[in-house]
Amino acid sequence: MAILEVKNLVKKFGDFTAVDNLSFDVEEGTITGLLGPNGAGKTTTIQMLLDLIIPTSGTIKLFGKDMKNNREEILNKVNFSSPYVALPGNLKVWENLYTFGRLYGIKNIQSKIDELTEYFNIKEFLPKLTSSLSTGQLTRLNLAKSLLNDPALLFLDEPTASLDPDIADRTRSLLKKIQKDKKVTILYTTHNMAEVEEICDRAIFIHQGKLKDDGVPAELVKKYGRDDLNDVFLMIARGETEKVES
Amino acid sequence: MKIYRLNALLMRHLYLYKRSLPRLMDLFFWPILEILVWGFLSLYLEKSGLGGLNIVSLLLGAIIFWDLLGQSQKAVSFAFMEEVWEKNFLNIFVSPMRVSEFLASTFLLGLVRIIICGVVLGIGSLLLYHFNILQFGFYTIPFILNLLLFGWILGIFTTTITFRFGSGANIIAFSLIFILQPFSAVFYPISALPHYIQFISYLLPSSYVFEGMRSIIHTGVFPWNYFLVGTALNLFYVGLISFLFYRAFVWVKVHGRIMKLAW
Repeated sequence: MAILEVKNLVKKFGDFTAVDNLSFDVEEGTITGLLGPNGAGKTTTIQMLLDLIIPTSGTIKLFGKDMKNNREEILNKVNFSSPYVALPGNLKVWENLYTFGRLYGIKNIQSKIDELTEYFNIKEFLPKLTSSLSTGQLTRLNLAKSLLNDPALLFLDEPTASLDPDIADRTRSLLKKIQKDKKVTILYTTHNMAEVEEICDRAIFIHQGKLKDDGVPAELVKKYGRDDLNDVFLMIARGETEKVES
Repeated sequence: MKIYRLNALLMRHLYLYKRSLPRLMDLFFWPILEILVWGFLSLYLEKSGLGGLNIVSLLLGAIIFWDLLGQSQKAVSFAFMEEVWEKNFLNIFVSPMRVSEFLASTFLLGLVRIIICGVVLGIGSLLLYHFNILQFGFYTIPFILNLLLFGWILGIFTTTITFRFGSGANIIAFSLIFILQPFSAVFYPISALPHYIQFISYLLPSSYVFEGMRSIIHTGVFPWNYFLVGTALNLFYVGLISFLFYRAFVWVKVHGRIMKLAW
């Protein structure tokens, strides 16, 4: 069942078309990579899915409902995490989690915070200022915040960006665990194609706002006769896929 | 509007006050410093016979009321700027929170700041100058509520400007209150201003609060005319600024500018 349906989505900023007639859907319980080079329209698309940008045209349905008339209900079942969006550094870790727990109307916030901080191994940092945490610890805190409301759909924007290989690997393992344990559907953006091959059930490639291809990562690699998804990414970014297809 | 979300947003800011020296200074130190300066000036004027009757009440009352207006405006402006500075804007706006709840929480924060600052200044002026801000009884409360509301309007105005023109416009959040002071008839009546700029004063609800306060000091009678005109202006501006804020918010969403503030 599709938990997210995007049809003919268009976003124009003046003469510039950031997202051009994009259509795709995301199946419940999957990890889907939304991929493309810088400026492809990934962030604009995610912002439209989160109601931060109003589309020029097209429809978005989350859980079968449109955002305009069901914003509160939808956002209660959704969450978002990005290393580029910080939690306030001048609040303590527990204050941040408590604030967002309240914002989402979580009952038994304390037990939820205990559960998530144990899950992400950050319980010892609860009394510390958020600004004192390392990048890896902040990533885990952001993920903990994004699971406070037990979201059915999680948007992750480059969750392993700026992490060292060890922490990035641990984060990927955590994401797989989250998806398995909590049955969360994840829409994921990253520039790390090895990561996509490792954890994504499906990859959606966009370039210059348009859908370029969509499929299981291993099948896309096979389709384009390449060694790995990184090569497929390079082909798409350089506009070489048309030659292969023709 | 959900109470638990208002509570969350309010607590998010109140947590900061426990350990932020600049915020504590803003609530306690600077207002006390101001009543020290203006209090001693008014005592000097009183002793020299230069200020006329009730000079202590006039000047101290004025500076206390002015501080309360500033506290209300800063609560709103800085609550918004805090989210921009801390890059927390996106986390807040991808939650189910409504914009009206965000605005209401800033109003409540202004109320908390006004109560704390009012108590600090009230006690300070009583101990230092034997000036009791409550000597006019409940007459002062309607005027304080008008100041709270006008401060909120000014705060939403600076927020709207920042939304529309980006975080570079936040200088207005710091300076607006000082720009309005000469026109608000804080220490002198509107009639003391040149005729050609008096119309600005007549457009500001704060002018009616300060004129009203002076009237109470002189006559001891509640000046309904000042109160009603000031309240009517406030209600008009609440409608206007709410409309402009929502227009700016939609503009920001259409033009994809939220990320400029949030990223």
